[in-house]
Amino acid sequence: MQWEIVIGLEVHTQLSTQSKIFSGASTAYGAAPNTQACEVDLALPGVLPVLNKGAVERAIKFGLSVNAKINSPSVFARKNYFYPDLPKGYQISQFELPIVQGGSICMQVNGVEKNIRLTRAHLEEDAGKSLHEDFHGMTGIDLNRAGTPLLEIVSEPDMRSSAEAVAYAKTLHTLVRWIGICDGNMQEGSFRCDANVSVRPAGTVKLGTRCEIKNLNSFRFLEKAIDFEAHRQIEILEEGGTIRQETRLYDANKDETRTMRTKEDANDYRYFPDPDLLPLEVSVEWIEQVKQTLPELPQARRDRYMVEFGLSTYDVSVLTASREMADYFDAAVKLLPTQAKLCANWIMGEISGRLNKENMEISTCPVKPDDLAALLIRISDGTTSGKAAKTIFESLWLGECGKNVDAIIEAKGLKQISDDCAIEKLVDDVLAANVQQVTDYRNGKEKAFNSLIGQIMKAAQGKANPMQVNTILKKKLTKK
Amino acid sequence: MNLSLNDVKRIADLAYIEIDENQAEATLAQLSSIFNMIETMQSVDTSAIEPMFHSQSVSQRLREDIVTESDQRVLFQSIAPQVQEGLYLVPQVIE
Repeated sequence: MQWEIVIGLEVHTQLSTQSKIFSGASTAYGAAPNTQACEVDLALPGVLPVLNKGAVERAIKFGLSVNAKINSPSVFARKNYFYPDLPKGYQISQFELPIVQGGSICMQVNGVEKNIRLTRAHLEEDAGKSLHEDFHGMTGIDLNRAGTPLLEIVSEPDMRSSAEAVAYAKTLHTLVRWIGICDGNMQEGSFRCDANVSVRPAGTVKLGTRCEIKNLNSFRFLEKAIDFEAHRQIEILEEGGTIRQETRLYDANKDETRTMRTKEDANDYRYFPDPDLLPLEVSVEWIEQVKQTLPELPQARRDRYMVEFGLSTYDVSVLTASREMADYFDAAVKLLPTQAKLCANWIMGEISGRLNKENMEISTCPVKPDDLAALLIRISDGTTSGKAAKTIFESLWLGECGKNVDAIIEAKGLKQISDDCAIEKLVDDVLAANVQQVTDYRNGKEKAFNSLIGQIMKAAQGKANPMQVNTILKKKLTKK
Repeated sequence: MNLSLNDVKRIADLAYIEIDENQAEATLAQLSSIFNMIETMQSVDTSAIEPMFHSQSVSQRLREDIVTESDQRVLFQSIAPQVQEGLYLVPQVIE
């Protein structure tokens, strides 16, 4: 039987605020245990939560960027469960009325565009961390992370393969960094995915029983866990079994998912509106203000690059992989608008390659957009050749000659010979010295042409403009 | 609504409250009377009334995103039963 895989994702993004969602403690990563956990985070008696405006603003920003509805009021609720890294005995979250409702994300899978609908995105607080190393048979609790603002983004079950799930997660990852609401650091847990996976016979409508896989903190694990889980479910069904609804953990070492808890012993979270927090009102004026701070979004930028510069789908997807990359391209192409493709090629080729090699980000690239533009201008006006440009690029990278392209060309003798008279002289000399090959060419031996080009370039020490050499040689050979 | 003894035990379990058979019986009687009261209240027709999420009709006050708290770990941990290397120690939990 043909099976269809159905996937929905829940993504927890840590919002990039300075302070926690309900207290004034710092959210900085990596501090000594419990040095950033105040009375509110510890749930000492008598404390009250006060909502962080910065967290709400980031949620609004996200909602606007995915064309969602911003609910006003939205309501905070208590999600009750017992675990030592949650000292209150409940997590403050949103249940019935989340701040962001609906919306969608447009992504590319293998060059095809697909729209994924969002169910909702709600604000909540993160829990602390349990350290299960042996503390004389005890568990160690660090509450620095407790109270860090999270935006949980929930998709509809619109994905049909692990590749689509990864494409969605990557698109979302780009978006939250692009609009500056989350640093996206997956190692530090700033962007965490849970996947809901089910299978059904291809062509049917009714959804199969789903399993939720937790603990997916890389795109590779997301892909592998979904593939494993779908395969597991299909195998059970093909053997006539039934799927049990459960929460499963992905074990990266064994590349398998295993039962964490089944529905029977699932928590009953007993949600109810938190009496400590009033309904959150978001005014139309506030939404309008936030809208003004939104940058041009990845999708809009992709469309613009295609229309304005005629770049390919592949080129624009690479250039819009991050806002820094797209901004770099924009800054460079502004200085030579007619050479967008050349510009794109250099950013995706020479610059990206070099950054990768040095393990650097484009934001710290020593060759700035105006340096690159200056170099590309010299290629397109014929002052230097594409080959010599790589040497110039190296000098720019190392900061030689005050990063002045013309000074580098001068100092290294990389000026291309583009003077027609000078090239004609070179061609004439070579033709005079190679009468046999000229005759061969005129008798239909095409190969002789390339040999002549080679000799001219050699005579010019590689500095002659190849296009001009080509044109002039052709002209002279056809003119008897 | 009819509450069973098993419901009471499950609620106690979720709330991490240990109760014996006698206490469970007594609790069932008390909870049942509370549910009866709720049932009476539910007989009022509220279909035309918009639900409230809070007893006061005011909205949430917000604070600016500024770090205002400094490290008071030593003070807070002075009342903790057991600490080590800055961590609070609790009975072992492994999920």
